[in-house]
Amino acid sequence: MPPFTRKNRHILPGFGLSMGYTVFYLSAIVIVPLATIVIGSFNMDQQAFIATVTSPRVLASYRLSISTAIVAALFNAIFGFLSAWTLVRYRFPGRRVLDAMVDLPFALPTAVAGICFATLYSPVGWIGQLLAKADIQLINAPSGIVIALIFIGFPFVVRTIQPVLAELEPEIEESAQSLGATRWQTFRRILLPHLFPALLTGVTLSFARGIGEYGSVIFIAGNLPFKTEIAPLMIMTKLDQFDYDGASAVALVLLLISFSMLLVLNGVQRWQQKSYR
Amino acid sequence: MQHSITRKTGRGTRQSRNDHPAVQALLIVLTILFFAAFIFMPLALVFAEGFRKGVGLYLESIREPFALAAVKLTLITAAIVVPLNAVFGVTAAWAVSKFSFRGKTLLVSLLDLPFAVSPVIAGLIFVLLAGSRTAFGSWLADHGIRIIFSTPGIVIATLFVTFPFVARELIPLMESQGREEEEAAITLGARGWQVFSVITLPNIRWGVMYGMILCMARSIGEFGAVSVVSGHIRGMTNTIPLHVEILYSEYNYAASFAVASILVFLALVTVALKAIVEQRVHIHQRNNPS
Amino acid sequence: MKHFRTKRSRFTVGLALFSSLLGSTAQAAIPANVTLLNVSYDPTRELYQSENAAFASYWKQKTGQTVTINQSHGGSGKQARAVIDGLEADVVTLALAYDIDAIADSKLLATNWQQRLPQNSTPYTSTIVFVVRKGNPKGVRNWDDLVKPGISVITPNPKTSGGARWNYLAAWGYKQKQTGSPAKAKEFVKALFKNVPVLDTGARGSTLTFTQRGLGDVLIAWENEAHLILKEFGSDKFEIVAPPVSILAEPPVAVIDRNVDRHHTRKVAEAYLNYLYTPQAQEIIARNSYRPRSAAAFKKYASNFPNIKLFTLKEFFGTWRQAQKTHFSDGGTFDQIYTP
Repeated sequence: MPPFTRKNRHILPGFGLSMGYTVFYLSAIVIVPLATIVIGSFNMDQQAFIATVTSPRVLASYRLSISTAIVAALFNAIFGFLSAWTLVRYRFPGRRVLDAMVDLPFALPTAVAGICFATLYSPVGWIGQLLAKADIQLINAPSGIVIALIFIGFPFVVRTIQPVLAELEPEIEESAQSLGATRWQTFRRILLPHLFPALLTGVTLSFARGIGEYGSVIFIAGNLPFKTEIAPLMIMTKLDQFDYDGASAVALVLLLISFSMLLVLNGVQRWQQKSYR
Repeated sequence: MQHSITRKTGRGTRQSRNDHPAVQALLIVLTILFFAAFIFMPLALVFAEGFRKGVGLYLESIREPFALAAVKLTLITAAIVVPLNAVFGVTAAWAVSKFSFRGKTLLVSLLDLPFAVSPVIAGLIFVLLAGSRTAFGSWLADHGIRIIFSTPGIVIATLFVTFPFVARELIPLMESQGREEEEAAITLGARGWQVFSVITLPNIRWGVMYGMILCMARSIGEFGAVSVVSGHIRGMTNTIPLHVEILYSEYNYAASFAVASILVFLALVTVALKAIVEQRVHIHQRNNPS
Repeated sequence: MKHFRTKRSRFTVGLALFSSLLGSTAQAAIPANVTLLNVSYDPTRELYQSENAAFASYWKQKTGQTVTINQSHGGSGKQARAVIDGLEADVVTLALAYDIDAIADSKLLATNWQQRLPQNSTPYTSTIVFVVRKGNPKGVRNWDDLVKPGISVITPNPKTSGGARWNYLAAWGYKQKQTGSPAKAKEFVKALFKNVPVLDTGARGSTLTFTQRGLGDVLIAWENEAHLILKEFGSDKFEIVAPPVSILAEPPVAVIDRNVDRHHTRKVAEAYLNYLYTPQAQEIIARNSYRPRSAAAFKKYASNFPNIKLFTLKEFFGTWRQAQKTHFSDGGTFDQIYTP
């Protein structure tokens, strides 16, 4: 059976129209444009392609982008979860302000964010001054990249957990507790499994966004080859040498990594939903 | 995320009793510390730098013609992008949540894809597609149609970057709501559009709103992708984020941060919109208890 | 191939003649307004703001036509790429000839573009100097001081910044001139980059790292940029150190043939670039701390331009295409520095 065809007939109308429009719009805005980098990579012969995407410097940049994105995503998993929890469950002055500010990283241009963090954490900045006394320098090092990526990915985690948390039936928790479970047990056995899919979605989106982030990172990373040079910068570097095909090749690999992450995640989620039913 | 809003009224206080006050206090403090370090500090810096040279210069730099042109372009872009992606989001969510079909996981992943694409690549692909090195691009140029380095290019790149927001928001919501209500209406003889406008839309309208707010926030703030397709012509193809960068590169820090603060204000407007939305949901709920 | 080229250039000449004929017959009906787009690199913002105003009043007086010149600024390589991809620049004024060569490679202008205007199509030049913190606490005087242990040097990434390529070649050329050995020069540059803690993607990024974030003891920069830093950030905080030897940096200008023909703006575009060689324009150039070609303007602002022995690109590196290939392409000498 070809993909995107209905398995069994439903009563509801509009499958053809909505699916047709979805596929059309998806193709026009996302698939066809993205196909250009696949085609760009095919301009190279296989050997050149492999040589480009496996050159030590490019590999180092993939490693850096992936590892900093993982660290930032884990950090966001903890603090995003914590923030969502406090924002949904507790009432305290200023809660609405915090809740409102969660979306700020979307609205503040990434370049401004990068400049702000580089300034804050520089040896003469508000935070950097304090760190300098302890002889810690966070910018121009992988830690600087992590700082920027935490900022960029934070809303994804909070905004995916918040609704699920708010939606949880209080009866589940209450009955668990009335059966003698401690608060911690209730959290671990009942709440966490419920929230896990949402957490996973948020963390993956934050991770995927982190791998590709450019605008904020270049201001704070230091950009030294093999040390603090991220993969999107390698793409830019290739473009500045007018090497469109090489840039496409690096971009394609980056894209495949992100896409397979998404595919696995969405697969896990669908599978989990099915096993719930 | 929306159904969250509709039902959380009054529950927080009840549940919060479950946590020990000390735990609550600790978690609240941790959250506030995190926000302070990662959200409020940069925000404070934006305003501190923006006002460094006084209120006069601040006002002057946000009223200057190039800044106004940038604000206009940004708002035009958002005004085109947000409705288009909202219509798409509703359609896609309907297709995904109301029907079973093969390849759903693949389709949903493809919908998410723009979140995972580096903004640099997002800009690059449109240059590769419609730039004048390509046959399509040179055909456009010969016919005097400008896409790249002009407003359409900026709109398309922004469309791409904010593509998933509304759909992402609606799919889980509509899946959790199921299709029973709609199916019942159809069996009772309602027509497709009637079902959609009378049953589905009221159920999801706040979700649509919420997705549009996120989409709006991202579309006014997008820098990377837009910078690749813009051409950076002052007063013509500069959005607010690009104008901020230009001012910054001119060593004009105060002005640059002043203009950046416009974005913060726009974000606050969307946030205020959201608050109004929530308020109305509460009122709506009080009047029509389910 | 050669035959083809002459035929082609004859064709362009014919085309130019034809269009100028058209222009002259339509003289009575020339549009009252004309718009040019000048696509340039980062440091020239202030320069072209003044030049554009001066040219507009000159042109108005001469022809009665009102000319508006739009500016686009960014990294030199990125700007060249934008033009290749369809940014409809009438003229480009970039950091180095290689970027305009790349535009010529995609057939937007004649490959002999650099012979079309006087002095390699560069109406102004510059050189590479050092900026240090006030009082020069580390005692930096010459290139050799940059490789000493404990010195921290700020320069942008030559892969992504045109200015950084001039910096790199200046250091290399200094050593090669001194020792006569490219191998020693390579060692020297390698030692220098060991002292570089941050590679910003553009010249302005490096300036910010040095001035705003307090990193580094020395900033390697364009001479005009160094003067601007003193003006913007205070001569009480920074000072310029002119090394005894440096490179003659030639940022060239060119008319983009295909775009001016499409826009029917060739006449005004060519006049605009030629205007840059006039005494008035040369004076603006000198005032903005670029080294003017005109001796009179140079003399008038001589205090801005310390006596530095300048070598040319040709002396050690050949053409820009060759320099690019040897030093900055993938696997070039710059990449070799960072090969672990």
